[in-house]
Amino acid sequence: MSENIRLAFQGIWNHKMRSFLTMLGVIIGIASIIAIVSTIKGTNEQIMKSLIGAGNNNVTVSLKQGSSDYYMDYGLPAGISPVSKDQMDRIRDFPDVEDASFYLERSWEGNIANGSNALSSGAVYGIDTHYLGTKGYQVISGRPFLDSDYPAFRKVALLDETAAEALFPEGGAVGGTITVKNEPFVVVGLVKSSASGPEINSLMDYYNYAQNANGVVMIPDAVWPVIYQYDEPQNCVARAVTTNDMSNVGKEVAEVMNESVTGYSPAEASAEQDAETADAGAEEGTDGTEAGTEGPASGNAAITYRAEDMLEKAKNKQELSASTNNLLIWIASIALLVGGIGVMNIMLVSVTERTAEIGLKKALGARKKTILGQFLTESVVLTSTGGVLGVAAGIVLAYVISHMSGTPVAISVPAILIGVGFSMLIGIVFGLLPSVKAANLDPIQALQRE
Amino acid sequence: MGKILECREICKDYGQGRLVTPVLRNINFSMESGEYVAVMGPSGSGKSTLMNLIGCLDRPTSGEILLDGALLKDCTDDQLADIRLHKIGFVFQNFQLLGDQTALQNVELPLIYAKVAGNERKKRAAEALERVGLGDRMRHKPNQLSGGQKQRVAIARAMVNHPELLLADEPTGALDSASGKQIMELFRQLNQEGVTVLMITHDAHIAEQAERMVFIRDGRLSEAGTEALGKEEEHDGEK
Repeated sequence: MSENIRLAFQGIWNHKMRSFLTMLGVIIGIASIIAIVSTIKGTNEQIMKSLIGAGNNNVTVSLKQGSSDYYMDYGLPAGISPVSKDQMDRIRDFPDVEDASFYLERSWEGNIANGSNALSSGAVYGIDTHYLGTKGYQVISGRPFLDSDYPAFRKVALLDETAAEALFPEGGAVGGTITVKNEPFVVVGLVKSSASGPEINSLMDYYNYAQNANGVVMIPDAVWPVIYQYDEPQNCVARAVTTNDMSNVGKEVAEVMNESVTGYSPAEASAEQDAETADAGAEEGTDGTEAGTEGPASGNAAITYRAEDMLEKAKNKQELSASTNNLLIWIASIALLVGGIGVMNIMLVSVTERTAEIGLKKALGARKKTILGQFLTESVVLTSTGGVLGVAAGIVLAYVISHMSGTPVAISVPAILIGVGFSMLIGIVFGLLPSVKAANLDPIQALQRE
Repeated sequence: MGKILECREICKDYGQGRLVTPVLRNINFSMESGEYVAVMGPSGSGKSTLMNLIGCLDRPTSGEILLDGALLKDCTDDQLADIRLHKIGFVFQNFQLLGDQTALQNVELPLIYAKVAGNERKKRAAEALERVGLGDRMRHKPNQLSGGQKQRVAIARAMVNHPELLLADEPTGALDSASGKQIMELFRQLNQEGVTVLMITHDAHIAEQAERMVFIRDGRLSEAGTEALGKEEEHDGEK
């Protein structure tokens, strides 16, 4: 066997140009597959990172009706009271919860201004003292909200950099005054998200990333009723101890918060959750129509607290990207097929060229299966070498694609192993016919052909 | 010494149906172990066909061949391959060396098929080359060797598995007379060491080296002692 492999490599080396051209089909096929798979994997990892918040393990639990978020602009949901202090303490006491913050939210607020400078559509959050830490915001200028701001109902605000730039284009945001729905707030600090990518903790956040990028204004939740409503139910963002705890944290936090929902029964909720999971794939595919069907008008489904199951959502998104790319893999497989036929063609030529050699080997005592083994080994060594070169070319190609398109690369080790394995298989399949032909040559006729 | 080879009523036809061409007709021929026999005959007389049959490369149309006690017609293809590997050494007119392999690698070939392990294989191949006087040419490829040297590599390859029977088909046919003489001397030595040699040639001077000669003409074999050679040649001349 080792002798066959040595002879096969010698054969490749002796016919460098021919061997390379023969391998080219396999190289191109394997390279395309490795590049596609690596790009898919990179994109998937990016989706996963974006959706589950770049590893900060945050789970957002918010009110949902059916499969859509419930917005307070629709009016206070009937029968749902704000989350109590006792519920908050119990949530923070869960062993797999590192910290939790309860906040109020308006994603699109058109009425934020500083004199003539307006923030056309910013997000306003009514936050508690846990919010900045849980969400990973840093105060880059001024101060955070103090415990004393809350009982004193101070109308203070924190701005993110986008909001500060829009409202105070000349600087001096800290100490300045802005109005939200015509109520004045004193800016006490500027915050910056410490996450490197966009801070995305719900699917709606993800879809409306551009919207959020318009700027964020935070005010103490105590003064929320001054501009909005009394007794709005809060959202919760809980930080799980590990990423694997996230699903469980989502469930247990939602369970506690749902105690505030009158007539809530866990069985119904889980049925609804299942229904949502089932149609999640379809939902992902019809993003555009979702906006049109959301809101109270979409049905009389119960409004309950639910966690965004980010892992599930990420999976659905990944499946979508994988299924489109599977098509590309099929196309690349055609290159492999063509490569295989090329290998068969050259092996047939090689058998014809080396008829005398085959005859001699038979005369010297080589059995049929020895000859078969020799030619199959040659074919497999040829395609495997092509496979290895293809893997190398594929990795380079993946980085080139990544560089050009901006998608990340994640080299898939299983794809590499399968790629090399598959190239060996091509060698066996397409080398079989020529090898059988060689093994069955009549030694006398073979010897006479010189 | 017993019989190493026995051919009984061998016929070999080529073609099918009406186009059958008989090449060998009722050949009866045997060899004792350690004998040195030359088969002579003009081109197309069937001597190469006889060698192919004895060398297990082909099967007779009828009749049977016993080689070292084995009845060849009962053997499978793999068994015939094993007989070629262990009992027969071939030397061809055109050497039949692998051009991209060194002399040593060419001689190693039968040992690979006999599954002799790497180091032992190299040692035995080197010994065989030294025995034919090519100890200093082991790393040379065939195109770096003279005709006589190539044939000696082929003889080393034929002898490396210590076969019972050495089959040589016109071994000096492609050599100049000086190289031819060296090769014939090598055959004589091997025969003296106990190797049975069956040589095919149409050269009477080469055939003279053998202990015994047989003639094939039109597919029929006739035995003759060395003294018959002259008459046969005269007879040829009269024709």
